Amino acid sequence: MPSPSLVTRDLTVRFGGHVAVDQVSCAFTPGELTAIVGPNGAGKTTYFNLISGQIRATSGRVELMGRDITRLPVAARTEAGLGRAFQLTNLFPRLTVLENVRLVVQARERRGFNLWTMAMGHRDLIAEAQAVLERVRLTHLADQTVSALSHGDQRKLEVAAMIALKPRVFMFDEPTAGMSVEEAPVILDLIAMIKSDPEATVLLVEHKMDVIRSLADRIIVLHNGALVADGKPAEVMASDVVQEAYLGKELSDV
Amino acid sequence: MNRLLSGDSPKSIVLSVLLVAILIALAFAPFLFPGSRSLETAARICIFIVLVASYDLLLGYGGIVSFAHTMFFGIGAYGVAITIDRLGTGYGALTLGALIGLAVSGVIALLIALLSLRVRAIFFAMITLAIASAVAVLVSQLSGFTGGEDGMNIRIPRELTPANRLGEVMGTRITGKTLNYYLVFGGSLLLFLLMLRIVNSPFGRVLQAIRENAFRAEAIGYRVVYYRALATCLSAMVAALAGSLFAIWLRYVGPATTLGMEIMLDILLMVVIGGMGTMYGAVVGTAIFVLAQNYLKELMGGLSEATASVPVLPELLSPDRWLLWLGVLFILSVYFFPTGIVGRLRGTR
Repeated sequence: MPSPSLVTRDLTVRFGGHVAVDQVSCAFTPGELTAIVGPNGAGKTTYFNLISGQIRATSGRVELMGRDITRLPVAARTEAGLGRAFQLTNLFPRLTVLENVRLVVQARERRGFNLWTMAMGHRDLIAEAQAVLERVRLTHLADQTVSALSHGDQRKLEVAAMIALKPRVFMFDEPTAGMSVEEAPVILDLIAMIKSDPEATVLLVEHKMDVIRSLADRIIVLHNGALVADGKPAEVMASDVVQEAYLGKELSDV
Repeated sequence: MNRLLSGDSPKSIVLSVLLVAILIALAFAPFLFPGSRSLETAARICIFIVLVASYDLLLGYGGIVSFAHTMFFGIGAYGVAITIDRLGTGYGALTLGALIGLAVSGVIALLIALLSLRVRAIFFAMITLAIASAVAVLVSQLSGFTGGEDGMNIRIPRELTPANRLGEVMGTRITGKTLNYYLVFGGSLLLFLLMLRIVNSPFGRVLQAIRENAFRAEAIGYRVVYYRALATCLSAMVAALAGSLFAIWLRYVGPATTLGMEIMLDILLMVVIGGMGTMYGAVVGTAIFVLAQNYLKELMGGLSEATASVPVLPELLSPDRWLLWLGVLFILSVYFFPTGIVGRLRGTR
């Protein structure tokens, strides 16, 4: 068993009197895809925000590759090896597809403070961005402005940006949300490809059970901010606590 | 050529022709447009191109609204004036003054940036407004140091003044003033090319990314605060150098010529008319705006006389109403070219 790449210890955040994430302790290891499930409002996205730094924890710790990153700002966590794709599409809308990926490669290579050379002169960055677009089959759209892309292609571009970032830990927040039935499998194939790298740790917030079944090695369940179940997909889905907390709630929503 | 322009070609034939025309007009201004008034206008265009472009670096590329840009312009101008006042006339004092203005601007910009850029953009705009107003008041009050409301006359080296007669070339008298003009022209051209280089560098790309989506830029690993702070400093330092050139050219510095809110508004208008985030917009916007400011009155006087026989028109075109027409021109240009003249010519949305 490889040592964990990402660990949260008693991670807690309070908004006033409301405890959104409640003492969640969990370790994630390379080569494993963990699905994080739970009813709406269970704290899944908040848990993600605590890990990637958009929200600061009230108490508890986040450790990446053994290093305490609880107090680091967002960009520093990204530099440390965390990659996050967001629930709502989050790109540079008026820049081209290629530039969106090139900027990620440039960030990873830490060349942003280069004032004197021409950006177009950094051929290696452009070549790598093009290679990533090739892998996700977006090459034909490279020179398009992002805002002109379909929703599905924009989500694909976000995954491309994640691939270009080469993080140790990949975090996907409902990557197929709002996508058509035809478009979703492309994204799932890309995530499966990322997962096939034994070095990669993947966290996935997802609602769709078929997606979880096909991709997840492990499921953790959040309910009212607390971790209530953790284990192999088959075990977790069969357990009473999940039936009650998650599926029961979902049914009553309908 | 491509290297000189940092790979950022005008990308439009009309724009290229326009830019080359402006470049030639400015480069040969002493010969093409003899007369001190036209040379004044040409020098003003050169300096304001730099000033407006440095503001565009901040607003158009960085998406940062600042009202302190004229303050940095003034710091550069007063740096030269005060240093020469204290140390006496000389090229050493001139250079030292420009360097002091540069350093002071950089430090103040850094302080403002680090204090206020972490929070919301509107807070930064308010802080710059407050500091710029405070500095303007300070300059007019500290009359022993800055000359107060009267400003200061600057005694620049004699070689750069009209008293230095050098002979004639093609029927134009060459004096120190001509040399002074070429100092302004050369300095402005260099500073402009420098900024063109910066906006097309990896750093310039990050600025545009931050302007588009700061949250995203942070998430992919760019520390937004540092990038914005550096952009603020660079922009302030270039503005200070433009101010130093302006002081040397005018041989005078005063609150109204460098620090006034009117100048700040003019800069904003020039950036918007030319096209934000294009650099070349600064060139086109400044040329048009300064020409209009200086010659619209005459043009209207001529038109008013020419239409003397028509009933209402001469009244409307009376030279006294030039400011009204400048306003109309501005509104029309924003209405028809929301992305500025350059944005329109390049065919972007």
